Amino acid sequence: MSLLVLRGAVEQGLIYALVALGLHISYRTLDIADLTTDGTFTLGAAISAVYVVAGQPLLGVAMALLGGALAGFVTALLQTRLGVQPILAGIITMTALYSVNLAVMGKPNVNFLKESTVFTAAQEWLGEYGALFEAALVTGALCVLLALFLRTQLGLSLRATGDNRDMVAASSINPAFTTTVGLCLANALVALAGALLAQYQKFADNTMGTGMVVIGLASLIIGEVLFGHRARRSLVCGVAAAAVGAVVYRIIVATAIALHVDAKSMKLVSAVIVAAAIAAPALRDKLLFYQKRREASRNA
Amino acid sequence: MPEMLELHRISKTFGAGTIDEKKAVEELSLTLAPGDFVTIIGGNGAGKSTLFNAVAGAFFVDAGRILLDGRDVTFQPEHRRANSIGRLFQDPLKGTAPHMTIEENLALAYLRTARTRSPFGTVGKKDRAFFREQLAALGLGLEDRLKSPVGLLSGGQRQALTLLMATIVTPKLLLLDEHTAALDPATAEKVLALTKRVVAERHITCMMITHNIHSALSLGNRTIMMDAGRIVLELSGEQRAGMTVDGLLDAFRARVGRRLDNDRILLSEAENA
Ligand SMILES: Nc1ncnc2c1ncn2[C@@H]1O[C@H](COP(=O)(O)OP(=O)(O)OP(=O)(O)O)[C@@H](O)[C@H]1O
Ligand SMILES: [Mg+2]
Repeated sequence: MSLLVLRGAVEQGLIYALVALGLHISYRTLDIADLTTDGTFTLGAAISAVYVVAGQPLLGVAMALLGGALAGFVTALLQTRLGVQPILAGIITMTALYSVNLAVMGKPNVNFLKESTVFTAAQEWLGEYGALFEAALVTGALCVLLALFLRTQLGLSLRATGDNRDMVAASSINPAFTTTVGLCLANALVALAGALLAQYQKFADNTMGTGMVVIGLASLIIGEVLFGHRARRSLVCGVAAAAVGAVVYRIIVATAIALHVDAKSMKLVSAVIVAAAIAAPALRDKLLFYQKRREASRNA
Repeated sequence: MPEMLELHRISKTFGAGTIDEKKAVEELSLTLAPGDFVTIIGGNGAGKSTLFNAVAGAFFVDAGRILLDGRDVTFQPEHRRANSIGRLFQDPLKGTAPHMTIEENLALAYLRTARTRSPFGTVGKKDRAFFREQLAALGLGLEDRLKSPVGLLSGGQRQALTLLMATIVTPKLLLLDEHTAALDPATAEKVLALTKRVVAERHITCMMITHNIHSALSLGNRTIMMDAGRIVLELSGEQRAGMTVDGLLDAFRARVGRRLDNDRILLSEAENA
């Protein structure tokens, strides 16, 4: 694999890392598998694309953040106030977003090869390393902010909501509120990822977000496997693991492509990577168990 | 002096209109003065936990009014009331977040009720020293384990930590629902002694459900007995001071017309025998 391809994979990984950070909030912290994610990623890309075409790339990113938070708010409203099961709430919002995203773009995809984007300035300044620098800066800063946030009163409340529902109300935490805050934040991050990726690759299309929740989860888990138990014990490691996992996931995908895996098979390869990553902890436990049993029978 | 807690004829029926209809609490009235420590005993299903849940706001009562420190909280949601009501349950796993550290659990309880109340507040050096001092007072060696996840603690340690969390900022009312029943006898004794000390030192108004009639009579300044959602017997002052376990059981039988039936009470009688 060439250095150019590797750099591209890392750049993309740093952008997709924001999806992993979002899922770190919804899935890891709040313990909700939030399927809004797929729709929100595309929503971020769509909003961002429309604003780039109008010559406002930065405003596009800001609006995508808002749009993502709003999508998270709708899902939270459905599950905390209207009694819809969490998984279903996400699916409902995701389905609605499919139409919303088409309406935002006005067509299934938008190209803007010549337009200037939020990466243009950095690219003019640093040349070919501009995008890498900018993506690293944004993702790094958000990692730090997220790790700091999880220590605050609100952050602790969010974590307690996901960790022990029983204690929550008795500790003067309103779980409807913390769930809403968490889903808004998570989806804002996911939309930001979509917005940045659209501007990075200079196009947006209505299927960009398909499978994003699974890819994001795989990134989380790859990171946790790499960081070991530290990822669960320390806040900073947990957040860093999510980001690193996303980058590693992109490098794996790039390697598969470099090995001439047929483009049509890429979804299959992704699915295998995801299944393997998610199954890894269970497989490891099984393996340890068999090892122990074999040793026991040998010593018997 | 205004009363700390006033319950005016509160009622709660579960499954109203179904064949499972159950009047768990019926037209119950009770008043607690500041500093009162009331122990509560009664048979299985007498409505003791339901009474606590009504006071804490786990559900809204069907009828009646609840005043806490002079304020009507009848329709205030649970998480609001929790700012001034501390609670401990029988299950030690219910009161703490297992994957968060001791420090983080304490920080949560402290930051949510402490003076600052900013959503972005964090604990500083001073607060940490305060936590350590409070943990040391428990005498369980937890002060050196601020960074350990709570899930690694024993049931008794977790319950002691929950007690600390519930009282780290003095609550207006403390509700203890058989909070030592799931612990082994020695640990239960320790947690009970801690409870007694904390409540006395800080003059906390407290209600404690227990199946141990002996502790019901020896702790606190008032005892009530419940049956079928009502208070059937109230003891305080001299009448209470002169009461024995057998005397109380007899009094219950005289009032209700049958023996006090609580599977756990039988156990503790055997223990005391
Ligand atoms: N959420 C609920 N839904 C339906 N019925 C309930 C509910 N909670 C309590 N009950 C019923 O209300 C009655 C009173 O229950 P409660 O838990 O208050 O009793 P208790 O005095 O605490 O008993 P124990 O000593 O066994 O803990 C019981 O008949 C119980 O089955
Ligand atoms: Mg009970």
